[in-house]
Amino acid sequence: MSTLPLVALVGNPNAGKSALFNALTGARQKLGNYPGVTVERKAGRLPLSDGRPIELVDLPGTYSLNPTSPDEQVTRDVVLGRQHGERLPDALVVVVDASNLDNHLRFALELIALGRPTVVALNMVDLAARDGLELDPEALARELGVPVISTVAVRKRGLDTLRTELEAMLDGAPSRQRPPAAPEAFDRLRGEARRIARAAIVRETPSRRLTAVVDRVALHPVSGLALLLALLFIMFQAVYAWSEAPIAMIEGLAQAASDAATQALPDGLLRSFLVDGVINGVGSVVVFLPQILILFSFILMLEATGYMVRAAFLMDGLMARVGLSGRAFIPLLSSFACAVPGIMATRTIADPKDRLTTILIAPLMTCSARLPVYAVIIGAFIPARDVGLGIGLQGLVLFCLYVAGIIGAMMAALVLRLTVTKGASGGFLMEMPKYQWPRPQDIALGLWQRAVIFLKRAGTIIFTSTVILWLLLSFPKAPADSGISQVNYSVAGRIANGLNVVLEPIGFNRDISLALIPAMAAREVAVSALATVYSLDADEDEAKLERSLGDRLKDNWPLPTALAFLAWFVFAPQCISTIAVTRRETNGWKWPLFMIGYLFALAYVAAGLTYWTATALGLG
Amino acid sequence: MRLTDLPLRQPAYVDLIDWNALSTSDGQRLREFGLCEGAVVEALHHGGLLGRGPIACKVGRMTVAMRRNHAAAITVRPGARDGRA
Repeated sequence: MSTLPLVALVGNPNAGKSALFNALTGARQKLGNYPGVTVERKAGRLPLSDGRPIELVDLPGTYSLNPTSPDEQVTRDVVLGRQHGERLPDALVVVVDASNLDNHLRFALELIALGRPTVVALNMVDLAARDGLELDPEALARELGVPVISTVAVRKRGLDTLRTELEAMLDGAPSRQRPPAAPEAFDRLRGEARRIARAAIVRETPSRRLTAVVDRVALHPVSGLALLLALLFIMFQAVYAWSEAPIAMIEGLAQAASDAATQALPDGLLRSFLVDGVINGVGSVVVFLPQILILFSFILMLEATGYMVRAAFLMDGLMARVGLSGRAFIPLLSSFACAVPGIMATRTIADPKDRLTTILIAPLMTCSARLPVYAVIIGAFIPARDVGLGIGLQGLVLFCLYVAGIIGAMMAALVLRLTVTKGASGGFLMEMPKYQWPRPQDIALGLWQRAVIFLKRAGTIIFTSTVILWLLLSFPKAPADSGISQVNYSVAGRIANGLNVVLEPIGFNRDISLALIPAMAAREVAVSALATVYSLDADEDEAKLERSLGDRLKDNWPLPTALAFLAWFVFAPQCISTIAVTRRETNGWKWPLFMIGYLFALAYVAAGLTYWTATALGLG
Repeated sequence: MRLTDLPLRQPAYVDLIDWNALSTSDGQRLREFGLCEGAVVEALHHGGLLGRGPIACKVGRMTVAMRRNHAAAITVRPGARDGRA
């Protein structure tokens, strides 16, 4: 791979760079990370006309070579050949938005001045035409001194020409490298950009811009907020309503696999391992794939259409009140799907303290991994009753858990901003992109990448921790005539009995302590762990086997315990991936340890208060 | 007049930007958005229910959102013809 010519796509945010990257490389993409930093490296292969492949990297969008965030720093360092773990690109494709030449040409000039082989992709010429703007690419090429190619990434227009141009460039003379322009050159470059833009514009007719019309509604303090709330409501409804059928299908498959294994294998260790450990454990987690994909498809759509920045604009007032940037809204909304991409998305927040606070509260957003836990407990303990107006009690409890997470996060932000991340409140300075229809292929590609990540996680972390738990629960074997249950006799049972001393005051029983240990790996493991515990325990009493996990929980737990368990999971930082990504993003163990500490403290207090209150109210 | 007081959809010239009131990186970002003395801005939307939210402005062909403390550092003079200077 390292011998392939490297071409970097670089340009302003909202220049349509990623769409161009997707159109050029299709599904042949590799996601990774630059070593030492957690900036995502998006690379793909592009075959030239003679079949020779080149490697194409999509660099984070930036406004200049003067970075203000970790993302932008990577772009500068790659372009200058200073990025550790990346070779100097053999050529640059500078992507500019055809309808925003004044602004984008300044950065293009900065890049052209580096003296690398460069081609300019004049992107989104169709949207420029929609805005009444007619451009002359040849005049632009003359002024810039590099080839200019009109492209419409979403319609694959101009891609072949771009490829041919790159081919000629890579076959050409060896390249020079000049140092970047000094920051003082900024005003000169801007003036130059403006002059060139004038020269390239053939005709400019004022026209009603679609974006301005939509924004009158979408950014209005009242109608905009109503629209945002409606979108969020539809999103969370869809996560449940649309996922029923696919979930039933996956459950059916898991049941079939479990039945097949039970029939094919004799009763014994191997069967117990496969059925109780692997199929039950991993199956109980994979079942959530449909919900995660639905949530992500909404988030990807909101991003791709350009709406997400509007949502941040509407929420900025609230965010400012707790000392956060409006930008924090985007990572926090992503955290409803999963805190890991949410925390990674904080890289766009320039202010370090702002960013740190956002990272520290992101795990409080109710991620999809909590759904399995909430769903099982609510299904078992909360009656499916209508509380009026067609609102079900179960849904209401779930909604309250989401709200509890949000309120917890806002309070935590407020306190953190006054203490450990004290400092001037970060700002909110953002460009609002034009609205556009997302290309279905781009959304599909994003979803595919998320699905692979989730299934890999299920196949590695969740599989491993479930198997380890099964081992710890199965050994040593309780003597057949002792009357002691297998769980109590096992290694895991003994560890849990120790942990239970701490957790008993907040209403947790031994089985919960047992489930919480492997759930450090991932929250949803708590469900598979409880399933494993009760399915192993059931061996002694064949009649119990027929019953669902929910029924077994209901037999074994009083209501206050179940409620305390829910409250625990609103706060508890039980996710090894989140802790790992926090360590990477904050470059050390200090902040992840702090995060674990404060979240466990909150979880303990919240579960305790819930348990004591519920007991005092006589709910037990 | 400060940009915070500029009525909506009235193009205005930027007379003065108090760069000292802005952090270095915020100042740089504003420049990168094309905000500088002599540019034409137009306030499009005020965010937030109580009028304390950010402001969305048109600068050239871009729409830029900023908080009120940034907008307060920008002195404007109404009377520009349109937002595409």
